[in-house]
Amino acid sequence: MNSALFINGLRFVLLVLTQVLIFNTLNFLGFINPLVYVIFFYWYPIKSNRALFMLTAFLLGFMIDFFSDTLALHSIASVTVAYIRPVIMRFCFGVNYEFQNFSFRNTTKIQRLTFLGLLVLIHQVVFFSFEVMSLSHFLLILKKVFATGIVTLIICALFSSLFSPQSE
Amino acid sequence: MQRIINFILSYRNAFLYGFLMVISLVLTIRSHSYHQSRFFNSSKWVSGNIYGTAANISAYFGLQEENQRLVEENEELRRLLFNNATPTNPILPDSISTTYEVISANVIKNSFSSPRNYLTIDKGKNHGTATDMGVITTKGILGIVENTSNKFSTVQSVLNTKSNINAKIKNTNHFGSLKWDVGDYNVVQLVDIPRLVPLVVGDTIVTGAMSSIFPENIPIGVIKKYDLDNSRSFYHIDVELFNDMSNIKNVYLIINKNKEEIQELEARTQNE
Repeated sequence: MNSALFINGLRFVLLVLTQVLIFNTLNFLGFINPLVYVIFFYWYPIKSNRALFMLTAFLLGFMIDFFSDTLALHSIASVTVAYIRPVIMRFCFGVNYEFQNFSFRNTTKIQRLTFLGLLVLIHQVVFFSFEVMSLSHFLLILKKVFATGIVTLIICALFSSLFSPQSE
Repeated sequence: MQRIINFILSYRNAFLYGFLMVISLVLTIRSHSYHQSRFFNSSKWVSGNIYGTAANISAYFGLQEENQRLVEENEELRRLLFNNATPTNPILPDSISTTYEVISANVIKNSFSSPRNYLTIDKGKNHGTATDMGVITTKGILGIVENTSNKFSTVQSVLNTKSNINAKIKNTNHFGSLKWDVGDYNVVQLVDIPRLVPLVVGDTIVTGAMSSIFPENIPIGVIKKYDLDNSRSFYHIDVELFNDMSNIKNVYLIINKNKEEIQELEARTQNE
C-alpha cells in the first residue's frame, strides 16, 4: 500500500513538472501542447477509493492550472475524467473489470488503447470547451481537440509502453 | 431522515464531483470576468523558482540568437545617439528620459496558444514592479503587468481576450482599441477606427497617447488586411505584430512616473 502511495505521489510530481516544463512549451505547429498528464488517470490503480481519486485528480489539475495561469480549466477537465473513468472502464473491459483478479495484463492491446483514447478525448473536449467558452468558436474547439488529442494520444501510448508498471 | 442520509451516502461521489466542479467553475468564471486570481498564479514563490531554474538552463540554447538581437538593438540605439538631431526611427520617444523609467527583465514562462495568455518574468516587487506597468520588447509591445510577488511578476499578453490597449495609426491621431480574437498568435485586431480614415495595407500601428501605461509611439505591428465592421462605420483591422510572440526572452518594463498624478486628476475630473 505504501509503495503504491509512493509511486503515485512520484508520478504526480513528475507528471506536473513534465507537463509544465516540457509539454506546455512545446507549441508544435504553433498551437499543439499535448496534455500528457492524462496518463495519470490511465495508470492510477483500478481498485481504489473513488472519492480519493477525484480529490487527487482535482489537485493534479489545480497544480497544473497554478503553473500555467489557466485557473481551474485543467481542474474541471481532470475531475470530469476521474468521475467518468469507471464508466469508460466498463465500456472498454466489460463487466469483469470489477472482479478481484482483474488486471491490465489480461486485457488486449486494443482494449487498453481504446481506454486511453477515450480518457484523452473526454479530457480534451472538456478542457477546450471551457477554455474557449463560446460556441461561436466551435470550429476552433474542434480543431484544437482533434489536433492536440491525436498528439496527446500518441505520446501517452508511447509513455505507457515505455514505463509499463510491473506491479499492476 | 435515514433515507436522506442513505440517499446522500449512495450518491456521495456524484456530490463530490458536483462540489469540485462548482469550485472550479467559480474560479474559472472569476478569472474571466476580472483579473487572474491573486493567490494562485505563476508569479508565486514555488512556481516562479521552478520556472526560473528551467529558464536558466534553456537560456543557454538561445544565447547566440539573443546576443544577435541585443547587438542589433545596440546598433540601433548607437545610431540614434550619434544622429541625435534627426532620429529616423524613433523607437523610444524623447520624453522617455524624464517621464519614463525602464527596468529590464527576462521571460521565464511564455504561452501563446490559449485564449488567455500570460507570461511570467523574473522581476518582482523587490525590483520595483507593480500592477499595470507596460511591458515591451526591442521590437514592440508585449503586454501589461497583472500580478507581482517579491521576485516575479505575471504579464497579461496582448494575446489575451481581456487585453485592451489604446493604439493609433503612425503619424496620425486616429486611435482605436487593440484586441485579440483568439485566432493567429501573430495577428491582433484594431477596432474603432472611423471609416473616413484612409488606410493602406502595410501602414504601421503604434501605441496611442491615451493610456498612462505605455508611452506614445511604441511600435505594435503593420496592417495586414482591413474591412468594415457590422455597423459599416468603423474599420476592423488585422494587425501583424512586429514581435514573434513565440520567441521572447528579454523584455523591458516601463514605469510612468506621472501615472498617479494623471489618474488622480482624471478621477477628480470625473467626480465633479
